[in-house]
Amino acid sequence: MSLEPGPVLELCDIRKSYDVGTAVEHEVLHGINLSLGPAQFVALQGPSGSGKSTLLNIIGLLESATAGRMSLAGHDTGALSDAQLTELRGAAIGFVFQFHHLLPAFTALENVLMPLMIAHGSVQPADEALARDLLASVGLSQALAKRPGELSGGMQQRVALARALARRPRLILADEPTGNLDRLSADEVFALLRRFNREHGSACLIVTHDASLASRCDRRIELVDGRLLAPPALAQA
Amino acid sequence: MRGARPALSRWARVLPLQWLLALRFLREGRVQSSLVLAGVTAGVAVTVFLTQLIAQLQNTIVERVMGSQAHVVMAPLQEQLLRLTPADAVDAVAAQLQPRLQRQRAVDQWERMADLAAATPGVLAVSPVASGPALATRGAAFSSVTLLGVRPQDYRRVVRMDAYMTAGRFEMAGQQALIGRELADDLGLQMGDKLRVSTGVRSEVLTVAGLFDTGSREINRRRVFISLRLAQTLLDLPGSVSVIDLSVADLFGADAVADRLRAQTGLRVDSWMQTNAGLLNALSNQTISNNLIRGFVVAIVALGISSVLVVSVVQKQREIGILRAMGASRRDIMGVFLLQGALMGLLGSGLGAGLAYGLLVLFSHIFKSPDGSAMYRAELDLALVLAASVLACAIGLLSAFMPARRAARMDPVLAIRA
Repeated sequence: MSLEPGPVLELCDIRKSYDVGTAVEHEVLHGINLSLGPAQFVALQGPSGSGKSTLLNIIGLLESATAGRMSLAGHDTGALSDAQLTELRGAAIGFVFQFHHLLPAFTALENVLMPLMIAHGSVQPADEALARDLLASVGLSQALAKRPGELSGGMQQRVALARALARRPRLILADEPTGNLDRLSADEVFALLRRFNREHGSACLIVTHDASLASRCDRRIELVDGRLLAPPALAQA
Repeated sequence: MRGARPALSRWARVLPLQWLLALRFLREGRVQSSLVLAGVTAGVAVTVFLTQLIAQLQNTIVERVMGSQAHVVMAPLQEQLLRLTPADAVDAVAAQLQPRLQRQRAVDQWERMADLAAATPGVLAVSPVASGPALATRGAAFSSVTLLGVRPQDYRRVVRMDAYMTAGRFEMAGQQALIGRELADDLGLQMGDKLRVSTGVRSEVLTVAGLFDTGSREINRRRVFISLRLAQTLLDLPGSVSVIDLSVADLFGADAVADRLRAQTGLRVDSWMQTNAGLLNALSNQTISNNLIRGFVVAIVALGISSVLVVSVVQKQREIGILRAMGASRRDIMGVFLLQGALMGLLGSGLGAGLAYGLLVLFSHIFKSPDGSAMYRAELDLALVLAASVLACAIGLLSAFMPARRAARMDPVLAIRA
């Protein structure tokens, strides 16, 4: 699937409701408008239950919006089939979760190779070289053969970061990537995210409760009760 | 000492992703995988072993029963009296009908009938036989016997008499007779001794030229083989025979051959399946029991694979969610779990076939016939093993289908949160 140049992400009046068993549906996102250009580094903040994870899931094509229009890497996501959405997700988005979510039966190198194996069906020599480079760039060239259970929390998250970058995604979605780390490790991971953002030009939307990290982003947007506080013009990071 | 783990395993370099994931998931849940594998192995072993054992047992039984008799016998129709009036007539002429005495009858145009039988598809050999009752005496001892006048070169192709000879050869000429071990004991006869044989028509002194043991005491006690020409004289069947014995290529196709010959010749044609209906019924019941056991084993194995894979899907839901987030399609995920089922089926069938062979070797050493030979042969029918393997893989795939579909349909968001 080809990724078009131009804005990485455009959300227009995105709404999300859940059927909670009553006649009235519960709306958790109320008309979200947001645009992200290439290489932008944006912090998404908000209290618990404000809809941050839901918004991130919709942007990550893991959930669909109830209403509104979304464009990712030039593709109108509402017009794509389930299989096409899966393909676009793999090609355009890199995920970093609060918990590393590495595959425990695979080594660090194999975990980083996983998105490339999904894309190509098996390990290609060029993919292996790329995965090794990525792990070296996060300072883990000595831990290629370690399984996730043999790594510290910070190292696990660095492997997850390398994995998220394996397919050179247009957009990195990071959901509390430092929330489970000590200050030193959190700073390391954040610095790596920032570095990759600058070196590779991937846009990054990072959900964080950490005000000091958020302050180091290009832009901050805040979600409260399913609404972006900043007006759309200001939210254009 | 184990070498250091490579960063990228050898398998990861060569296997497609689905295979790699399936194998790693199986290895990761090695206790569950081992249990399922043990179940499939036991299931395949029981199926292959039982089928092989019962097939050998049935062959042995049939061989022993059929070793001393023809597969198909052609004989003249029995004589019957007809009522003058129908049985349901109001005014019956005769109140009671006395069954007619059956006299020794010959097969009409037996040479033409024998040629016709020999040309019938599925017939291996044809042997004309002149047979009838007689009394064998030696001094004060006597025994009722059945005279069988045969041409040795024909009869040995129908019944393997050469294998049963304990003294002399299955050849007879002139006044020579071949008798069974029991008859020899009863009349105190040895090779070269004389005995008198009397039919209702004639009497003749014969010389014992051979002794046989068919494994059946009754046959050994009753049958006396003489030349066809001598039997025709003694039984008053000049130039004729009383029955035509046949052997067929497919033992269980004997009925079809008999039906065909009956329709063509108008003679009474009986197959061994008709004359041994009880045996056939027992074999059939044995086969049904075996099929039932196999059916239950297959069902248990299928349930085992399915239930373990359902548990595996639940345990692996976070991994499934992550893989889906990274771009793995529903089909990819489904393939991973289907492969696990098929792999367990394949591996289990290989191990099961090995175990079945081991059990057959064990049985062949433990269970012996009275003559010391092995009751069972340590032989595996490759077609059976192949069929069992294909069946095990199919069961593995089918059993994995439900869990695989569940995994493929899993919501990645819920899976990641699990």
